[in-house]
Amino acid sequence: MSEKILIKGNEAIAEAAIAAGCRHFFGYPITPQSELAAYLARRMPKVGGVYLQAESEVAAINMVYGAAAAGVRCMTSSSSPGISLKSEGLSYLAGCDLPAVLINVQRGGPGLGGIQPSQADYFQATRGGGHGDYHIIVLAPGGVQEMYSYTRDAFDLADKHRMTVMVLTDGILGQMMEATATENGEQTADNRQEKPWAVGGVRGERARNIVNSLYLKPSELEATNLSRYEKYKQVEETEQKYDSYLLDDAEIVVAAYGASSRIAKNAIDEARSKGVKAGLLRPITLWPFPKKAFAAAAKKARAFVSVEMSMGQMIEDIELSIRCSRPVTLCNRVGGMVPDPAMICEAILNANKEATA
Amino acid sequence: METRILIAGFGGQGILFMGKYLAYIGMSQDRQVSWLPSYGPEMRGGTAQCGVILSDTAIGSPLVEEPDILAAMNLPSFHAFEKSVKPGGTLYYDSAFVAAPGTRSDITYIAVSATQTAESNNLKGLANMVMAGALLKSLPGADGGVIETAMKKTVPERKREMFDANMKAVTLGRAL
Repeated sequence: MSEKILIKGNEAIAEAAIAAGCRHFFGYPITPQSELAAYLARRMPKVGGVYLQAESEVAAINMVYGAAAAGVRCMTSSSSPGISLKSEGLSYLAGCDLPAVLINVQRGGPGLGGIQPSQADYFQATRGGGHGDYHIIVLAPGGVQEMYSYTRDAFDLADKHRMTVMVLTDGILGQMMEATATENGEQTADNRQEKPWAVGGVRGERARNIVNSLYLKPSELEATNLSRYEKYKQVEETEQKYDSYLLDDAEIVVAAYGASSRIAKNAIDEARSKGVKAGLLRPITLWPFPKKAFAAAAKKARAFVSVEMSMGQMIEDIELSIRCSRPVTLCNRVGGMVPDPAMICEAILNANKEATA
Repeated sequence: METRILIAGFGGQGILFMGKYLAYIGMSQDRQVSWLPSYGPEMRGGTAQCGVILSDTAIGSPLVEEPDILAAMNLPSFHAFEKSVKPGGTLYYDSAFVAAPGTRSDITYIAVSATQTAESNNLKGLANMVMAGALLKSLPGADGGVIETAMKKTVPERKREMFDANMKAVTLGRAL
C-alpha cells in the first residue's frame, strides 16, 4: 500500500478495478457516477486495458456479458436508472454463471428521479434485479477506503463463485474524498483464476466451450437452477460480512449500511451521551444478508432501528433475520434527502422508550 | 477534537480546490479528513459548496450542516449559511462581496479582503487561497511545514508556477 492520497469514492473504485487486474471496462455516463468512467477513460489505456464508451447502458452490460464469457475480468458502472437498464444483462450473466463486477452509485428514484444520494435500490440489488431465480453478491462499503478494498474483493468473489458482484454505494460516498491507501495498479499481480469454461481462441486445440442460458428442456433448466442454488447456499453460509460499533452491550441496535451507517454512528454517540445503550450493526454484504449477526444481536437487544435512505427496504431483511422476535422501527429520508444525526437519535430514544414501557 | 468547515461561493471561485487544500492540511497533521462537494446542477454554474471535516477520531457523517467555521465567498452564501454556524463558531467572509454586518451575537465574524488582496498582488483568481490562509488561524497547528506539505499534495510540484502563486496567496491570507 502506498502513501495515503485524497481520492473520491468513484475514483477509488476505478483504481481498485485496475489493481484487481480488470482491463476491460464498459462505461456510460450518469451522475453521480461519471467520475468513475472518466477516470478509467484516462487510466485504462495507460495499463494496456480497454475503456469502451458504450452507446447505452444496455450495450455496456452486454459487452460485459461477452467479456466475462471470454474469461477476462470486466466491469461496468452506473447509477440507479442505468442499473434498471442493465437488469436484463444481469439475468443473462446469472443464467450463464459468469463472473462480473457492477457498480451502482445510487441516486433518488423511481423513474429518472434526481441526482442526490439514495439507497432506494436495495430491493433491486438484493433480489437480483432481472427476471428468473438468481442472486448477485452485493457489497456495501462505508467509506472511500472500503470502496477501494471491497471493489478489489468483488473481482475475487466474482471469479470464486462465478457470479456478478455488485458494489452498492451512493452519491455521498461516490463524491466524497477521504485519505485512501491504494496499490500501484500497474505492478499488481493479476490473480485471475483459471477459467476452463471460457470461450474463444480454441483453434482446434481443445473442445469448444459454449456459454448459454437457453435450456428448452424444463428438466435441464430445473437442474441448472437447483445446482445454482446449491452454490448460493454455500455463498450464504460462507460470505456473510458485517461491521459493528459499540454493539457488545447494545440494547437498541441501529442497522444501517453505506452513507447512512456513518450518520448513524454520530447518532449512536449522541444517544449514548443521553444514557441509552445504542450500537451499530452494519451489513457489508447486503446479499448474503448477515443473518447470523442479526440473530445473535437479537438475543441481547430490546429493539432494532433500520436507518435507510429508502422507504423501508432493508427493514424486511432485519425482520426476517430475527424472525420478528424484536420490534424493528424505520428511520428514513428519501428522494435525495439524507437523515441527520438528531433524527436518528430521536428514533433510538423512541425505540428505547417503547421497549422499556 | 473535530472541526467542521463549510466553504460556499460561486462556481469558478475555487471552492472545491480550497476545500481540498484544507483537507490536506488535516492529513499533514495526521488527522482524519473528509471532503464532500455539492455535485448538483451547481456544478454547471451558480453556487458551489464544499464541506470539510478534520478530526482526531474516525469521521461519521461527512455532511457539514452546523459548521464550526464557515467561509462565505459571496453574499448569497453569507445569507444562506450564516444561521447554520454552530454557536461559538466563526464566520469568515470576503469583504468584497459582503458589506452588511452579521446578525448573530453568538458567533465571531471575520472580514477578509480576499478578492482585493489577490487582485492587488497579481494573484487574480486566488481569492480562495487568500481566504484559506486567513482561515488557517482557526486551525491549531496549521503553520510552518504543514502549510507547505499540504500545498505540495494539493498542487503537483511539476506545476511550479501554480504552486508558488498558491503559496503566496496563502501567506498573504495568513498575514491579514
